[in-house]
Amino acid sequence: MSGPAPADAPPAKAHRRAGWHTATVTDSRPETPTARRIAFEVPTWPGNDAGSHLDVRLTAPDGYQATRSYSIASSGEGTRVLLAVDELPDGEVSPFLVHDLREGDQVEMHGPLGAYFVWTPPPAGEPSRPVQLIAGGSGVVPLFAMARAHAEADDATEFRLLYSARTPQDVFFRAELEQLTAAAPALWLDFVYTRQVPEGWPTGPGRITREVLDAATLPAASDPLVFVCGPTPFVETVAGWLVESGHRPGSVRTERFGGS
Amino acid sequence: MSFITRGFSGRRGDRDPRLPPGQTLVADWPVLSAGPTPHVDTADWEFSIRTENGVHRWSWDELRALGVEDITTDIHCVTHWSKLEMPWRGVPLDKIWKSVQTEHEYVMAHSYGGYTTNLPLEDLLDGKSWVAFEADGEPLDPEHGGPARLLVPHLYFWKSAKWVRGLVTMPDDDPGFWEQNGYHLHGDPWLEERYW
Ligand SMILES: Cc1cc2nc3c(=O)[nH]c(=O)nc-3n(C[C@H](O)[C@H](O)[C@H](O)COP(=O)(O)OP(=O)(O)OC[C@H]3O[C@@H](n4cnc5c(N)ncnc54)[C@H](O)[C@@H]3O)c2cc1C
Repeated sequence: MSGPAPADAPPAKAHRRAGWHTATVTDSRPETPTARRIAFEVPTWPGNDAGSHLDVRLTAPDGYQATRSYSIASSGEGTRVLLAVDELPDGEVSPFLVHDLREGDQVEMHGPLGAYFVWTPPPAGEPSRPVQLIAGGSGVVPLFAMARAHAEADDATEFRLLYSARTPQDVFFRAELEQLTAAAPALWLDFVYTRQVPEGWPTGPGRITREVLDAATLPAASDPLVFVCGPTPFVETVAGWLVESGHRPGSVRTERFGGS
Repeated sequence: MSFITRGFSGRRGDRDPRLPPGQTLVADWPVLSAGPTPHVDTADWEFSIRTENGVHRWSWDELRALGVEDITTDIHCVTHWSKLEMPWRGVPLDKIWKSVQTEHEYVMAHSYGGYTTNLPLEDLLDGKSWVAFEADGEPLDPEHGGPARLLVPHLYFWKSAKWVRGLVTMPDDDPGFWEQNGYHLHGDPWLEERYW
């Protein structure tokens, strides 16, 4: 047994050091019927790579605390941090963030976190590896940050996003995503709807299948870097199929949002 | 620096004293991994320990023959969930380590699929760790690290390497996979050693 690092592990790079921050809500608006987009001003934020996440900590008057991880929908330098939170109806933290948190409120944040499920543009002049993004539900949040960072960097890497949502109304960042598909360099965007399709949609609603996955993603032969994010069963299924279709396991990066 | 969040009361006024700071009790068993789940057949499975003095190897049956134990333990994931009093079965590392000689004080755990995590030897010996192959009375699912994973319950759960295939001793504490990606070198949940 030899002991090198995993073949596709990124080189150890300089981290933006994670720390605790006080974040103030500057804007909060409905994102979908069950989710909310919340913008924070975080004066001490060191910036973050596209795809990284942070921990939100809430404290009750009796000292009770609850902490949950959220992907960051924004990236780059700057002190504005954007989250998009989907409500888990029987959850402890997400219903509070979706329904009760309003402009001017403060929470504690720890981050930025994660140096693996991130995308940064390749240095100028270096060959870029095509990127396939695959999202289930709120799992689109870190992938949206990557797609936007790619467009903002005016980077030539080929980007494609396959996005599974319950219904057309449940799509996060729809306007921004569609703008990105019109921009150059383009994002190629494909949708799967599990419960209700838009009018005139060629197929009925249904979960992603192996065939849809193969047809709507970059082929293994083009050796893309693949980011898959969503609920555990979604990620488990999709990542398994990708490997069966010839993608190298080390090229498939996953982030599971826990639960199901 | 904590301050009260306006309007937040939380679900549980009373915290279970068995929960380390920042942890929440879950009923199910969430999954967190960096990539696709490797599928390893026990017929092909092998466990090895490599030191500066050589390599030791065990097949699936040889390892189990060293002596299986039942363990009931709490587990704590760095993503803030914990499970309490979870039943496990595995072979204590103490039994596996009996034939091993090394001057080294650290190990790197290696997994099928290429993942690694670093541990001080003193966090593995004296009844502190197992190579586990059952949880909740069932063989470990591949998504939870089956056929076998390391079980080091007193550290955050990413140290309990899924799909474990061996340990390599090291003179110094070098970071493994998650540790290179921002997680703490040691990972004690009671000290909240989550990230560096
Ligand atoms: C790296 C990371 C990034 C995330 N990013 C986002 C995001 O951008 N947007 C978003 O809406 N959500 C995100 N999540 C999920 C989020 O952290 C919370 O799990 C979710 O908001 C539910 O929290 P809650 O307190 O409302 O529910 P809880 O009270 O924690 O959950 C109720 C039940 O749901 C299950 N459950 C659901 N998720 C989890 C989990 N992660 N860990 C353990 N149990 C779980 C458990 O069975 C639990 O008992 C992310 C999770 C991770 C790990």
